[in-house]
Amino acid sequence: MSANLEKALHNKPAVEVKNKKESRVYNYFANLFRSWTGTLGFIIIIGLLFISIFGPWITPHDPLYADFSKKLLPPMTDGHLLGTDQLGRDILSRMIVGARVSVIIGVLTVVIAGTFGTIVGIISGYFRGWIDVVLMRIVDVQLSFPFILLVLVINAIIGGGLRNIIISLAIGGWVIFARMIRSEVLALREKEFITACVATGVSRFEILFRHILPNLFTPLIILASLQIGTFIIAEASVSFLGFGVQPPEPAWGNMLNEGKDYIFSSWWLITFPGIAIIIAALGVNLFGDWLRDTLDPELKGD
Amino acid sequence: MLDFIIKRLLQVILVVFLALTAVFFLIRLSGDPTALFLPPDAPREQIEEYRELLGFNRPMHEQYTDFMANAVQGDFGQSLRSQEDALQLVIDRLPATFQLAITALILSLVIAIPLGVLSAYKRNSIFDRIGVGITVLGQAVPNFWLGLILIFFFAAQLKILPTGGGGTWVHLILPTITLATYSIARFTRFTRSSMLDILRKDYIRTAKASGVPTIPLVSRYALKNSLIPIITLVALDLGTLLGGAVITEVVFAWPGIGRLLMQSLMNRDFPIVLAAVFIIALIYAIINFIADILYAYVNPQIRVK
Repeated sequence: MSANLEKALHNKPAVEVKNKKESRVYNYFANLFRSWTGTLGFIIIIGLLFISIFGPWITPHDPLYADFSKKLLPPMTDGHLLGTDQLGRDILSRMIVGARVSVIIGVLTVVIAGTFGTIVGIISGYFRGWIDVVLMRIVDVQLSFPFILLVLVINAIIGGGLRNIIISLAIGGWVIFARMIRSEVLALREKEFITACVATGVSRFEILFRHILPNLFTPLIILASLQIGTFIIAEASVSFLGFGVQPPEPAWGNMLNEGKDYIFSSWWLITFPGIAIIIAALGVNLFGDWLRDTLDPELKGD
Repeated sequence: MLDFIIKRLLQVILVVFLALTAVFFLIRLSGDPTALFLPPDAPREQIEEYRELLGFNRPMHEQYTDFMANAVQGDFGQSLRSQEDALQLVIDRLPATFQLAITALILSLVIAIPLGVLSAYKRNSIFDRIGVGITVLGQAVPNFWLGLILIFFFAAQLKILPTGGGGTWVHLILPTITLATYSIARFTRFTRSSMLDILRKDYIRTAKASGVPTIPLVSRYALKNSLIPIITLVALDLGTLLGGAVITEVVFAWPGIGRLLMQSLMNRDFPIVLAAVFIIALIYAIINFIADILYAYVNPQIRVK
């Protein structure tokens, strides 16, 4: 007993700290793997990232190479695992390259919309006054128009392409972040530690950057992870309608748009890209749900 | 209460006004559409003449005030293609969109509320797992893709339902299922979570302890009280339904506002786009308005605020 105590007392603090850090990461993973839905989401996300980073090197065929003698081949023929499209291009290869488009759009849109929304939310919630009234009125107005229609109308007017679809989605998506961050900031302002800061004369900007901003990280990460799925589906919808990402650049949405004309003869054109969208959205949503349950247990059971 | 209603009514007007303003400037800044209606080698004078005719050569603020002055009177100009009254074209399409949206709404409520209640009452049972599974999966399936798959099975393979078009109730089946799926997922989630909240309440435990049978317990005590948040959330979600209706209409060639809006965006027929935006914003604002009033009516705390 006393030997153990002595041992414990002699443990160097530095080692302790290191162990603690390791065990925190370990805890997160242990927690993740206890939830099979979270694990599934995590695996899908890792797979999606892998495919979108190494996509161009792992495609079995050139995704843009058209060979009319091989058009509309069913799956598992002639070395085309998922068949070919109306121009004889390999569907699997196009889906692999399309994954990158979805990931880039999902991530970049969340970063842009999240950053802008956070700035607006902080200004609104922290400084209050007339600026809060004006900003929140803008948010209200925008929220009173269906998100997908807003993105569609903006994108149709400013034109397609990767850059413009990201801009359209970000314009459509920032308001959710602004509203959420504002309410978080409003709640934080009322907390005792902020009152203590004000009482001890900490400057407004120090309170904002050192005490409020770090506390916004968790809700922001949760919302961002859940929004990525929404953005991926919205992009696919807009590209399916003929706007958004333009052919010949492959995106899951525009592959479905091209495939819909062959629905009577070639089921594989419309099947596989749709499944890819579902898997991607499911993965991101499952991981987001797990993240929310873990980081913010109060919301659990929603 | 009257104050609240007036305030919210003013907000409806503001919302519609700002939505129109934003789309108007977005359209004008993206260039004028005259080039699309004339051959590429049209002489300069002809282009100028056309611009003059449609008023695209005048200063922006003048065009804007003119547009607004006319819009207030319900005049959105004529379609650039068919020369018909833009607003009338949109209004003509309204019944078809309503028909689709309302059947989908009814279908999703009929499925989602019992499923959500069962899921909450028998928590962690097989019903709950099915309910949660539908919720998670339903939110990951893009509705246009579901539409395509339904067309493939029921129209292309089984040949028992039409691929698209409007008119009879047979045409309504596939679009309704397509549109309702996402709402079923959302509404099941709402119902489940608000039922879970209520079932945790003390009075439910008391009722249970004093021997109230299961069915009255759930229907009379629990569901009745959780209907308030459910109605509110459903009303607030109708915008998503409306947005989904647009995409569903395109997939099934359903002759509603959504399809008209899509075609006009493709053709850059902007008077129709503006008229459609006006109608959609107006409907959506009115739905939100009614939801708010309903909510304020059942929850007096809101009224005071």
